[in-house]
This record gives sequence, C-alpha cells and structure tokens, in this order.
Amino acid sequence: MINNILLCGVGGQGTVLTSKLVAACAMEKGFSVMSAETIGMAQKGGSVFSFLRIAEGEQICTPMFGTGMADIIIAFEPAEAVRMLSYLRKDGTVIVNSRPVMPVTAALKASDYNGKEMLDYLSTKVGNLTVVDGDRICRELGSPRALNMILLGVAVKSGVLPFTTDDAVEAMKRSVKPQFIELNEKALRYEV
Amino acid sequence: MHKEFLMGNAAIARGAIAAGLNLICGYPGTPSTEVLETTAKNNDGTIYVEWSVNEKAAMEVGAGAAYSGARTMVTMKQVGLNVASDPLMSLEYIGVKGGMVIMVADDPGPISSQTEQDTRHFASFSKLPCFDPSTVQEAYDMIQEAFEFSEKYHTPVFFRPTTRVCHAYASIDVKDKEEYKENKPEGFIKDSSRWVIFPRLSYNAHMNIEERNAELSDIFSGYGRNAVIPATAAGCRKGIASHGISWTYVREVLRGKEAPALFKVSTPFPFPEKAAVNFLKDLDEVLCIEELDPVIERELVYVCGKYHLNTRIIGKLTGHVKTAGENTCDSVRGDIGFFMGWGLQDAELPDIELPDAQPELPVRPPVLCAGCPHRASFYAVKQAMKGQKTIFCGDIGCYTLGNAMPLDMVDTCLCMGAGVNIAQGVGRIDPDTKCFAFVGDSTFFASAITGAVNAVYNQADMTLIVLDNSTTAMTGHQPHPGTGRTMMGQVVDKVNIEAVLRGVGLTAVETVDPLQLDKAVDTVKRVAAEKGVKAIIFRSPCAVLIKPDKPAVIDPDKCIQCRKCINSLGCPGIIISDGSVTIDNSLCSGCGLCTQVCPVGAISCGKEAE
Ligand SMILES: Cc1ncc(C[n+]2csc(CCOP(=O)(O)OP(=O)(O)O)c2C)c(N)n1
Ligand code: SF4
Ligand code: SF4
Repeated sequence: MINNILLCGVGGQGTVLTSKLVAACAMEKGFSVMSAETIGMAQKGGSVFSFLRIAEGEQICTPMFGTGMADIIIAFEPAEAVRMLSYLRKDGTVIVNSRPVMPVTAALKASDYNGKEMLDYLSTKVGNLTVVDGDRICRELGSPRALNMILLGVAVKSGVLPFTTDDAVEAMKRSVKPQFIELNEKALRYEV
Repeated sequence: MHKEFLMGNAAIARGAIAAGLNLICGYPGTPSTEVLETTAKNNDGTIYVEWSVNEKAAMEVGAGAAYSGARTMVTMKQVGLNVASDPLMSLEYIGVKGGMVIMVADDPGPISSQTEQDTRHFASFSKLPCFDPSTVQEAYDMIQEAFEFSEKYHTPVFFRPTTRVCHAYASIDVKDKEEYKENKPEGFIKDSSRWVIFPRLSYNAHMNIEERNAELSDIFSGYGRNAVIPATAAGCRKGIASHGISWTYVREVLRGKEAPALFKVSTPFPFPEKAAVNFLKDLDEVLCIEELDPVIERELVYVCGKYHLNTRIIGKLTGHVKTAGENTCDSVRGDIGFFMGWGLQDAELPDIELPDAQPELPVRPPVLCAGCPHRASFYAVKQAMKGQKTIFCGDIGCYTLGNAMPLDMVDTCLCMGAGVNIAQGVGRIDPDTKCFAFVGDSTFFASAITGAVNAVYNQADMTLIVLDNSTTAMTGHQPHPGTGRTMMGQVVDKVNIEAVLRGVGLTAVETVDPLQLDKAVDTVKRVAAEKGVKAIIFRSPCAVLIKPDKPAVIDPDKCIQCRKCINSLGCPGIIISDGSVTIDNSLCSGCGLCTQVCPVGAISCGKEAE
C-alpha cells in the first residue's frame, strides 16, 4: 500500500519544511519516500504544494499522483484546500488551517476574501474534516512560526500517517535549531 | 552504500562528486540552481566551485578545466544554454580530455522560465550525447555514467533533467566516501593541432563525430537505461514510448494493469536506433508520451520509414497528445486510456464529484515580497514620470513582477540583458518617448554591460535604472560580482557598478535609496531630463536578506479608508480585514514605503509607531 499525502498552501508558509519532516519520520520507520515540491517563482505568494508518497520497499515509481488519490490533504490555507480538493480520495482526510491569506489581487478588487466560504464548502464536501484555528494556537504558543508543526501534529493524530506523534517529535528534534525544539514539541503535541 | 533523502539536483551534485568532480561552474537559473549549491555545501576543499558571471563564461571556464584533464560540470537552465551556445558549438569539434558534463535543466510548463525549449534539440544540433534521467536515483547513478562516457569518447555530454526530476525528493542509495572515484588532472598539455580550432581541424573532427555517433547509437541500444519491455497483455500489439518524468507517470498509470509494450528512451541523442527497431517490429501502433517537443516521436517515425516498418506512431504530431505544457499523472492516464480503448471505469477517474458550486478561488499570481525595494524603485519612477510619454523596458529577475497591477511598470521583457537594447531600439523609432531600461544587479553583470556600451557608442538617449539589491534574488539569493563573496567562501573586492558605468562613458551616474521616496523621485526627475545615456542605481538590499523591522501600524482614528496605499503599491502586507485596511503583521517588514504614500499620515513605522 502506498500512502499519498498532499500539503498545500501559499508560498512562504512552510509547506516544504513540513513535507521534509514527514519524509524523515517515514524513513526512520524504514519506508521509502518520494516527494515533489513547488520551488521557484510560485514561492513568492503563489499557490504551492508538496506531493508525498510513502510505502514499503520499491513500490513507488513516481513522486506525483493523480486526482482522487490523496489519503490526506494538509492545507495551510482554506482556499488552497479547495483548490487541491480534487486530489482527495473518497473518504480521505482534510486538515485545514482556518486563517485566510489575502492575495494582492483580492485587496485591489476590494473584495473581502476571508476564507469562510471556503470552509463552508469543505464542510459540505469532506466527511473527515478538521479545521484548525492555527492563528489562535500560535498566539497561545507565543510564535507564528509554530503553524506547520501544529498542522502536522493534528495530521499525525488523525492516524492516516504511518508514524506516531512521538516519532514526529524525535525527527523534529534532529532537524531544527535547539532554541526551537521546545516550541515545536508543544505545537506537535497540541490537542485541538 | 547508504540511504539518504535527496532532492534530484542534490543527487546530481552528489553523483558528480562521487564520480571524482574537480571543477563545477554555472550561472543560476530555476530549476538547475541547487546542483552547484549542493556541490559547494559538500565541498571538502578539493573541488573548485564558481558562480560564473553568465553561462558563456561558465562554459568556457569549464572547457579550460576539461582540456586540462579535470572532471568538469557546467550547470544552467535551458535558456542559459542559448547564451553559452557559441562556445558549445565549437567545443563540439575540439572535444575534451577530462570528462565534461553540461547539466542543462529543462522546464516543461513552463513553471519558472521564459520558454519551453527542449535541450534534446541542442544535443542533436551540437551532435553531443544526451542523458535524460527519470528519477532521483537514476539521476544519481546516470550522472556518474555520463562522466565515464564523456571521458571515454573525449566529448562533452549533456545531462538534461526536467523540473519534476530536479525538484523531486526521494530516499535513494548513495555511495560512501570510500567508494568515490578520484580524478587527478594532469594539467594542460600544449598541442596546437588539438586545441586550436581551424577549418581543417573542423573538417576532420566532423568526420570523426559522425562516426562516433553512429557507434554510440549502437552502444546506447544496449545501454541498460534504454529499456524495451515486452507487453504483459496477451496478444497486445500496441506500445508506449516515453522518457524522463513522463516515464514514471506511465508506470504509475499502468501499475497493476496488463500493459502494452514499453520503450524508455534515456539517451535521446544519439538515438538508440536498434533498440527502437526491436521495440517497433511487432507493433501496430505506438503512443509517444513526451514533454516539450516530440523528439522521440519524430525519431520513431524516421525509424519506421528507414526500416519499412508498418507501425503507426501517434503523439503530439498527430494531435493525440497536447503539444505544450507539462504532463501529469492525470493527463497521461487520459492519453493512455484513450490509446488502449479503456472505458471511463478503467481510466480511474476521481470519485469525488466536482466542482458543483465550488466557490470562486482567489487567484495568486506571484508578487514582489512585502518590503521589496523594487516596489519603491518602480513607484518612484512612476511618480517622477507621470504625464510624460515613456517606455519602461524590463528585464529578467524578481523585478519582472513590477509588471503586475497596480505598479504596471514593465512594458517589455524578453531575455536577460535585452531591456537596455530594446529601449534604444524604441528610442530610434519614437524619439519623443522617454526610454527607460530596468535591470537587476546580477543581470547587469551577466549581460547588460555590453548594452550600456552600445548605447554610449551609438549616442542613444535613455535612462538605465540598475536595481541593486545586492543579490541574485529570483533564483534564490546567489552571490555575484557586486556582492564581494565567492562560492569558495572568499571575501573579495566588489565590482562597482557606478565605476563600470562611468568607465564606459556614461556622464550622469547617480545612486539613491529607493525607500527614501521624495529623494528618489527628485533624482529620477533630474536625471531623466538630461540628454544622452545616464543611469540611476537604486541601492537597497533584498527584503528577504535583512532582519525585518517592526511592522507598520495604521492608526484607525486617522485612516480615512481611501485605499491609496493598496491601490498604488500593491504590497501583500496591506490587506483588508473586516472591511478596513490593515497591516498583515506576519508579512510586513517595516520598510516604511506606505508611510510616505498615505495622504493623511495614518501609517507609521519604527520609532514613531511605538
Ligand atoms: C540566460 C538566463 N540565465 C539565467 C536565468 C535565470 N534567472 C532568472 S532571473 C535571474 C537573475 C535575477 O537577478 P537580478 O538581476 O539581480 O534581479 P533580482 O531577482 O535580484 O531582482 C536569473 C539568473 C535566465 N532567465 N536567463
Ligand atoms: S526576494 Fe527580494 S528582490 Fe525578490 S521580491 Fe522578495 S524582496 Fe524583492
Ligand atoms: S492610504 Fe492611509 S488613509 Fe488611505 S487607506 Fe491607506 S492607511 Fe488609510
């Protein structure tokens, strides 16, 4: 069986880092991993994604997968979850951060994009949906940099990924600067 | 051997190091950049690593090293090869002593490029062997084989991954240090009959090249990475030919299914003709799944003609596969489904019903960062030239994003360094237009200096604006001659842009900080009014490289909600929240530009804001 994971968000939100951590956890457990990232121009405020695939042995032949195949979508922004929703398999899980990121195009049109419409739509379409108030939790933890670990923590607890919160904490400790370990551990273990 | 999780580009670098790399040089460009950066990061001090000033310089530095017996790699993106094509086309005849791999990354989509050109054509045009990897592991292994081929045949070879291989990650097997090959270059040995190009030499070399390539075509037919796989579906007389990342999509779509015959082409040039005949001989119909141009498809049509095979070849040339853009698992699933005559069921269309009543999604074109000094520079020139007839010739870099609304300050953009010359051309035909050319600092050194000389020599009337943010920002912040840092970790004298411009004869050369808006606007007004070729250097560091200041604060009692800040600057750090104009603290870097634009002084920054 191949585990297909899709991370999406807006350039600068830290999806790439999160996908690397997921990969590290999976490799630690002896799985093979492939992933594909958006790198380049789109990172400047554009829509970005990471495709990640985890499996035993040599089953994975490509880092990408098609629509209807993601077991889980971890979305850093509500509209980006909707944009990538066609990739979700039937009965798949969606973890979404509720804070919208307003693009300049929307501000110029004086539109009041606030993500609510997107969350409403997701709740009608997705059975396994967890909306995370990342902004509030970040404030509670005292740092806006904790968002990716909060979302990853929720995703791990959903049981779709092939490793535990403890595994994620261990892998995190090996990959971040010492001064961020405490914050990240709290974020990973946060109970939503 | 051990396992590591590596990016494709990192795997290429690590593979090259394992193959005994002595020298690597290149010019940054997505998606190729990380190859050189990874080499620098893993350099034990035995490899010479250089960001050259442009691709032509890189190709020539690389050639010199390879003449001297070094294992050499030159890296660039596909359009970079256009710049390096002059040395390339002659180097083909001269050849090399040490193995030389020209690593050129193509970008189907295109995702971060001006063109969708296909380097496989450059390989056949320059008659140089070409390797086209399809996975991260294959990239790691194949780059080492590419060095062997290059050295054995005394010729540079191409290594041509595409974006989805360059930027894919995978857990792969990599060699331990003890398994690395070591290459000790013997140095340059004088021999003018070998290293000096003359018509006579070229004639002889041309003969030899054609002979060698015929031989290589045979050898490549037996090369393990060019695979012919018989059909697993009983009695199936169909086949699919593919390459690169598309090959992995084909495998993904066929997973667990009865498959037609398959042909994987990893060396598009010289084409493995015998392997192709072997693949085609019992087939009625072959589908070619390629990205960029139908290179394999044309070769197969040619092979069918040459060997009188009655196989129908379909793909881009027959309108069965879309001609532009990248392939995806979905597009390949559709192409194969149609080709195999699968019903919708077999094509495994997604289960979820979409997109009924999907809300309208915000569009997110890439934008200049909050706090980007380029925004201030564009705004200053726009204010200064208001009401006058102008043209703003842009160039390639982050500042190309100055084209977006509301700045709308890029009227042309063609290729690196073109803006300064296009401005002159427009001025010749339209003499009452004030002609401006905007160029980034890295682009200036790469290819705008000759344009400035051209303007001075030919008595043009124009203003050159150099946007000096002390880095090559667009491609991920590489150093360049103006930064005073090299990839060998040295701190060296900076090449001074003002001195270069004065040296070639510009009379007015002024430098100003664009974030001091009034001063910047005055400078532009004054300098642009002069005759001749003049330059303004807007100097302020890229916002990503400096520690952000405290975010700006909007005083809600003063703000009249006029939205001038949003509508004139388009900064992503200024948003509308619950109907009012607000600063997004997670993005704002406190550059202070908006405080100078607000008509009622409602925005404050730094000390005042506290
Ligand atoms: C011939 C060629 N080589 C490389 C590139 C890739 N590339 C895109 S922008 C850029 C340089 C941008 O640096 P700079 O001019 O300093 O502008 P900045 O991005 O810092 O604003 C490069 C090298 C290209 N487009 N064309
Ligand atoms: S990376 Fe630097 S130069 Fe590029 S848009 Fe951002 S601030 Fe501007
Ligand atoms: S320009 Fe000043 S007054 Fe107008 S919306 Fe912006 S902050 Fe408010």
